[in-house]
Amino acid sequence: MAISQFSYSSIPPEAEALRAEVREFIQAHLADYPPTLRAHSWMGFDAEFSKKLGARGWVGMALPKAYGGAAAGPFARYVIIEELLAAGAPVSAHWIADRQSGPLINRFGTEQQKQRYLPAICRGESYFCIGMSEPNSGSDLASIKSNAVREGDSWLLNGQKVWTTNAHHSQYMIALVRTGEKQAARHEGMSQFIVDLTLPGITIRPIRDLAGGEHFNEVFFDNVRLPAEALIGNEGKGWDQVTAELAFERSGPERFLSCMALLTALIDALGKAPDALQAREVGRLSARLLTLRNMSLSVTAQLAAGEHPAWAASCVKDLGNVFEQELPEVAQLLLDVEPRQAGGGEYARVLAYLTQMAPSFSLRGGTREILRGIIARGLELR
Amino acid sequence: MRKLFETMIERLFADLATPAYVLGCEGGEWPAELWSALDESGFTLAGTTEALGGAGASWADIYVMVRAAGRHSVPAPLGEALLANWLLGKAGLEGRGGTLSIAACADLTLADGHVSGIARAVPWGRNVEALVAVATTDAGTPQVVLLQRSAACELTPSLNVAGEPRDDLVFRGARVVAHAHLPDGLGVDVLELGGAMLRSAQTAGALHALLDMTANYARERKQFGKAIGSFQAIQQQLAVLAEQTAAASIAAEAAFCESDDGLAALTIAVAKISTADAASVGASIAHSVHGAIGFTEEYPLHLLSRRLWAWRSEFGSASLWSQRLGAQICQGGSDGYWPLLTHHGKQPLTGLASNRL
Repeated sequence: MAISQFSYSSIPPEAEALRAEVREFIQAHLADYPPTLRAHSWMGFDAEFSKKLGARGWVGMALPKAYGGAAAGPFARYVIIEELLAAGAPVSAHWIADRQSGPLINRFGTEQQKQRYLPAICRGESYFCIGMSEPNSGSDLASIKSNAVREGDSWLLNGQKVWTTNAHHSQYMIALVRTGEKQAARHEGMSQFIVDLTLPGITIRPIRDLAGGEHFNEVFFDNVRLPAEALIGNEGKGWDQVTAELAFERSGPERFLSCMALLTALIDALGKAPDALQAREVGRLSARLLTLRNMSLSVTAQLAAGEHPAWAASCVKDLGNVFEQELPEVAQLLLDVEPRQAGGGEYARVLAYLTQMAPSFSLRGGTREILRGIIARGLELR
Repeated sequence: MRKLFETMIERLFADLATPAYVLGCEGGEWPAELWSALDESGFTLAGTTEALGGAGASWADIYVMVRAAGRHSVPAPLGEALLANWLLGKAGLEGRGGTLSIAACADLTLADGHVSGIARAVPWGRNVEALVAVATTDAGTPQVVLLQRSAACELTPSLNVAGEPRDDLVFRGARVVAHAHLPDGLGVDVLELGGAMLRSAQTAGALHALLDMTANYARERKQFGKAIGSFQAIQQQLAVLAEQTAAASIAAEAAFCESDDGLAALTIAVAKISTADAASVGASIAHSVHGAIGFTEEYPLHLLSRRLWAWRSEFGSASLWSQRLGAQICQGGSDGYWPLLTHHGKQPLTGLASNRL
């Protein structure tokens, strides 16, 4: 049964050897980076930092050498990203290109598309966002209405995307849109396009979140003319391509490390002699974190072996999100420090920020209910 | 070797450890037939080196055997015997067939080859012929000791929630069968740590069986004209049960895989915490989904749930291990935190086990 997909995998020594190098790099570039910014985790945007990482060869490193990558295995990438996430490094600019868009283009793209997009991704210069949700199509993604119609040698794109993280900072969007009539089989008739966000007819409007930040956007397409080569992969196979990405999207350490800055600030604030309750909660949180890491490494090993661990990835994301959402809850019970938007100490500000961010953890990348539905399907309940 | 062990032992348990047999053994009835089968196949000596009469299995191999014992609610100290024989072997002593258990929570002194003191909560203490413990000498050196159970002068019987014997034994000047220095690198709490590791694997196995049983029930039981598993309210609960089972499995497996010459203390602490928490959530969901039938003696759910409730507390609860782990983490401060987590397999035993609260 599905549960047996989880078996223990450790990081191979050649990948483990990278850890010291990344730590040195982080020490050199982020020594004075404050906890309040580390708290932004993989929503922290810094194009200069992404370019420095690219120069070190740590962006798109799993891609082939011919396109600027290092043909590194998934565990090498795992070590790099978990070290960056643990340090709260600002990795948002290149994050989606590195995790998802680069591998997608490498897998489904034409030779011309690979040469055009991948080298800039690997340099940490080219940023992508993912156009999935629409105003009336959130969890029910297959009900999207944005569409591209073939006109001679090009496509005419119309519609709207929403909740698109980083659209305002990205050069490209990989959009899932309808290219055929809605069929009896609701997952057919969709395709993916690489949309150059500078094209005429595209409007991007940031949506402020409840803490005043601007991470996600609405994106409008008004008769946007896309060249034929904007289509990525096969026409009509968009749903399958999107599903293939999901295991990468849902099983990484960013699904349980979003509150690392709070956990380390909490340990600092508690000091070396915590009381029994404080020690217990720090221990329990840490145990959960390590178990999630082992689950995530297990999925990484399955991906490396060419398997399709969509079920296991859903387990990692849901359990990981529950964990990272509980962290601010536990923290505020352990210390009598009021969270502060401004003023107060660093711990109080990190707590305030992450308390407000926590609801988004189980929304982005698939909601709790959708993930649990996928898990139930793996148990043959539906 | 791992696959072979698992196939053999699964077959043995499926044949012999039936629900009726397991229930019949609760309260202290010794599973003579089952134990003979295990003993004859040499399972209890699997972890001992070939030179000392065993099969030289690694902890990773032993994991699948102990997990299988948990899956089948095996009413016998198989894991305890494996751990006892491993420790005897580490101390250079010969492995022992027959019935064997451990005394992890013991206050025993050794002088002139004689032991005095108390061994608490010895699994199947009333049934086994011998037990292994760590005793201290007047000079304060820890010794691995092998004791005859019949040498105990008092026995206070006790049963856990699953009706498994957890007996206290008192020794007064009892002659030891064998003893040797506790090897370097192992702490005096080695049996507590090993016991915690065993229970984490049994818990993972029991949760697997619990998930199978509960998912099957949800597919078969009909209400409102359809299988209850087709309702989202049930699906969402079962998804959480599956997640907890996955977490428990990987945590337990990590503890065994990262243990070799010594026991991977931090990983074992994590395994005990994760499996104990999963046991609580899992048993609760399984009973909720089963409804009243799961609360009967006739239906075998309780064979699993009562063991989960027993094992989560044995050899240290989630709270105890969390407290030890948290104290060590805070002691190291935030700078040491991530390095500690990423090198957990290499954490020394003493760093954690000596950290008594």
